[in-house]
Amino acid sequence: MRYTSERPGEDPDKGVGTVPETRADGAGPTDLDAASSTPLHPAAREALLAAMDAGYADPRRLHGPGRTARMLLDNAREVVAACLEVRPDEVTFTPSGTHAVHLGLLGLAAGRSRAGPALVVSDVEHAAVRHAADWTGAPVAGAAADRLGRVSPEAVEAAVASVGEPVAAVAVQSANHEVGTVQPVADIAARLGDLPLFVDACASLGHLPLPSGWATAAGSAHKWGGPAGVGLLLVRKGVRWRPPFPVDDRTDERATGFENVPAALAAAAALQAVSEERATVAPAQHALVARIRERVAGEVADVEVVGDPDDRLPHLVTFSCLYVDGEALVTGLDRLGYGVASGSACTASTLSPSHVLEAMGVLTHGNVRVSLDRTTTVAQVEAFLDALPGVVAGIRAELGPLP
Amino acid sequence: MSDQPGRGEPEETVEVDCRDLRCPQPVIELARVSGGLADGTVLAVLATDPAAATDIPAWCRMRGHEFLGSEMTGRGVQRFLVRLGHRPAI
Repeated sequence: MRYTSERPGEDPDKGVGTVPETRADGAGPTDLDAASSTPLHPAAREALLAAMDAGYADPRRLHGPGRTARMLLDNAREVVAACLEVRPDEVTFTPSGTHAVHLGLLGLAAGRSRAGPALVVSDVEHAAVRHAADWTGAPVAGAAADRLGRVSPEAVEAAVASVGEPVAAVAVQSANHEVGTVQPVADIAARLGDLPLFVDACASLGHLPLPSGWATAAGSAHKWGGPAGVGLLLVRKGVRWRPPFPVDDRTDERATGFENVPAALAAAAALQAVSEERATVAPAQHALVARIRERVAGEVADVEVVGDPDDRLPHLVTFSCLYVDGEALVTGLDRLGYGVASGSACTASTLSPSHVLEAMGVLTHGNVRVSLDRTTTVAQVEAFLDALPGVVAGIRAELGPLP
Repeated sequence: MSDQPGRGEPEETVEVDCRDLRCPQPVIELARVSGGLADGTVLAVLATDPAAATDIPAWCRMRGHEFLGSEMTGRGVQRFLVRLGHRPAI
């Protein structure tokens, strides 16, 4: 595919317009990294293209194009609210999931600054949540996870008690982004009483229903089939939330920056579509992941398949292969056409391994995360599972026999 | 890590120097050395790689050895104590 400029005098073969071909027959590489980013859902593509021309204007303006943009934005908000069973005025579109995380956690802390400075954050939160908590400079206590990656209400209570200062807010994810384990969010919220809970739902939105018990929550559209550059901030009606950053005079008090109306509408269209498909897609993905768990454990020697085997995200699974270099494993699989993620240190920008695997106390090297999108087929999964033992064995063969 | 390696540490330990090795090399080196040693032998592993703190206990669990604990010895070097022995792997 090539985007070209129609303007005279410009050479369409030069510049930014050229993108690699994608094979229309589907016989190209198999992307098993949907949890990092998912291809655009056809419903999102359709909405995006339609709104690209109609939704360009400033939705605050009192003229025709402005009213059209406002209508599209309000429509996106209402669709998202209906999908998540929340009120439209609880929904704000942000420029990314990370920004929604920042606003969700820090806005909660700012709203409760008189109650106390401290924060409690689970040990298996996404790095964005941990960085946001650390950025405040306030005391931060970690709530421990068990071997499956689950954070119990007792662990959260213990962290609240351990921090030594009054706690402003608690952060616990809906489900873990690396190992898939679902967190008991409603039970945790019930124990917290008046202490508000921020729920990072980026990994689960579109894949599982939004749990109850949150005061604020965050989502990320490109993880459910919407476009990148759209995050979702949810602030429960009546919750004390204050802007943690400079305010802006946009269409709602929590939004900053010019709204990306076409992308918000596309994100809403994708969420609506995946919510409607979920009854069939999620059980199919759940079964495929069960198949991966079974075959990996059975056919790859010295492997730890981690995370809760049942109470988990439907579409992702993580395992670690003893003595195997994570980077060699990822590149070996890539050479065969399989794209996977890894939490091993040697594949990260830092020298540190995944803090999630660390918190669980499971092997961090030789790690692979496989995640499925709505189009992943049984044949693709079986072909990957046929190829995997050979790649692992090939890397181990270079080491010689090890006890 | 809260374990106390000093408690009950045997006098004879076999040292495995994995300093400056990056993951997964420390665990590979530990496995290599352990291969020629009798059950009950205690290994003291020196490592600088941050992944060793998770991966050495995980190796012990998967291989049925006993992880006795660890301590920082300064300059980013961590010392891990492992007792070899065939317990059921978990």
